[in-house]
Amino acid sequence: MSDPAPERPLPAWSLPAGTVESLGLPTDWPGRVTREWAWGDSTGKGVRVCILDSGIDADHPMVGQIEGAVAVEVGEGEETRVVEDAEGDLAGHGTACAGIVRSIAPDCSIFSVRVLGAGFTGSGTALLGGLRWAVEQGFDVINMSLSTTKSRFAGVLHEVADAAYFRRTVLVASAHNMPVESYPWRFSSVISVGSHEDPDPLTYYYNPNPPVEFFARGVDVEVAWLGGARARSTGNSFATPHISAICALVLGKHPELTPFQLKSTLYLTASNVEEEVA
Amino acid sequence: MPEESLKAAVAAGVLASEQANRDLLQATCEVARAIFSARAASVFLYDERTDELVFEAVAGEGSETLLGQRIPSSTGIAGWVLVTRQPIVLEDVSADPRWGGAEIAAKTGYVPRGLMAVPLLHEEEPVGVLNVLDRPQEARFSLEEMGLLGLFANQAAIALDLLRKGRRAKAVLDDAGADVGVVARIASSLDALEGPEREAGLRLLGALEELFVQKR
Repeated sequence: MSDPAPERPLPAWSLPAGTVESLGLPTDWPGRVTREWAWGDSTGKGVRVCILDSGIDADHPMVGQIEGAVAVEVGEGEETRVVEDAEGDLAGHGTACAGIVRSIAPDCSIFSVRVLGAGFTGSGTALLGGLRWAVEQGFDVINMSLSTTKSRFAGVLHEVADAAYFRRTVLVASAHNMPVESYPWRFSSVISVGSHEDPDPLTYYYNPNPPVEFFARGVDVEVAWLGGARARSTGNSFATPHISAICALVLGKHPELTPFQLKSTLYLTASNVEEEVA
Repeated sequence: MPEESLKAAVAAGVLASEQANRDLLQATCEVARAIFSARAASVFLYDERTDELVFEAVAGEGSETLLGQRIPSSTGIAGWVLVTRQPIVLEDVSADPRWGGAEIAAKTGYVPRGLMAVPLLHEEEPVGVLNVLDRPQEARFSLEEMGLLGLFANQAAIALDLLRKGRRAKAVLDDAGADVGVVARIASSLDALEGPEREAGLRLLGALEELFVQKR
């Protein structure tokens, strides 16, 4: 019983006597978690980051090589198909996110899942189909700078977000900065991100007043755009890939962390927490 | 009252609201442009029928040429904003014909160097996108301005929703001419009656009204 396999068939998800050893943590947690412990020397190598967005222009020098790219197509009956994507980026935003991730975690693997382009009518279905596919692929981090306001998708999105959480896939999602209900950033199984105005890409804050849990750089960010262009950009959707990249750094050094442990690490190393603890 | 007169009266109300709603939307664009000292501001309406975005109001650059122009609903920056419901600000975009401003550039002959785009949300549905083009580059964008943009978006969304509803009402009027015609014919016949017959007719209609109100 030394194997801490998460799918061990226990009758009531309990811990019978004599099996406590099976819960041995592979990570040697220090007395005080610092950024040096969390991601010192990490480049994100070995970590797979999925950008669920408008596609990625892989020829952009700020993005570099990507692992692969697929697009989600929506059929007449709302069924989804995932196909190889040769279109690249249909808006520019996915390329911008990929560039941000690359600038912080240069050696992580980046994969594009394009959920844009199927028409607005099919967009909620494409988002859900793309997310479901990405979770099944077992990416370590899924960057979602998008959300849906349609309540009919909320229940299923919640299930998929929970499935990701238990499969050790971290969903990092943009918070909405307009007063509307939208998903999945409001779910507690994801890491939700809003913007702060500080120019440092590694400054991020924990928010003790959720639903938004973290604030990262989201104002005047230099990003990659279509056709090799660059732009200065603002929005929560650009803060999100900063946190995705920091997750990639942490997982590059500590690949065994669960989403709960990863979120705790982000908390302990947040700019407004680490200094307080120190 | 003749049947055609009643239909015309209802239609006149709907048509008047169309103009008022368009004026409100246009005014929102003008104010957004002025507040941000921008070169232009515009509103896209999402057309469910064709799954496209349509330029519904334009202030400043492009106001002559862009109205009524259509673009795909889920490509380009406006498409991204519509689908993701996320506002976005881009500035100082290095000139390249492929960037998302190209859809505007192709129609107006000028390439914007930056834009702010924000989704217009009504309840849980996005109904369009508000764009503000080329604000002065020297001023650094702040999250406070993002909040301001959101306030404008709320106003524009209400104007856009009124416009949509007015158009739907007009479509119902056009399609359901026969149904409205019955009411118009009864009203017309009643109008022609005099004395006790007219009073009896009014009492009958009053009873019918009570019946319908109870049924509801």
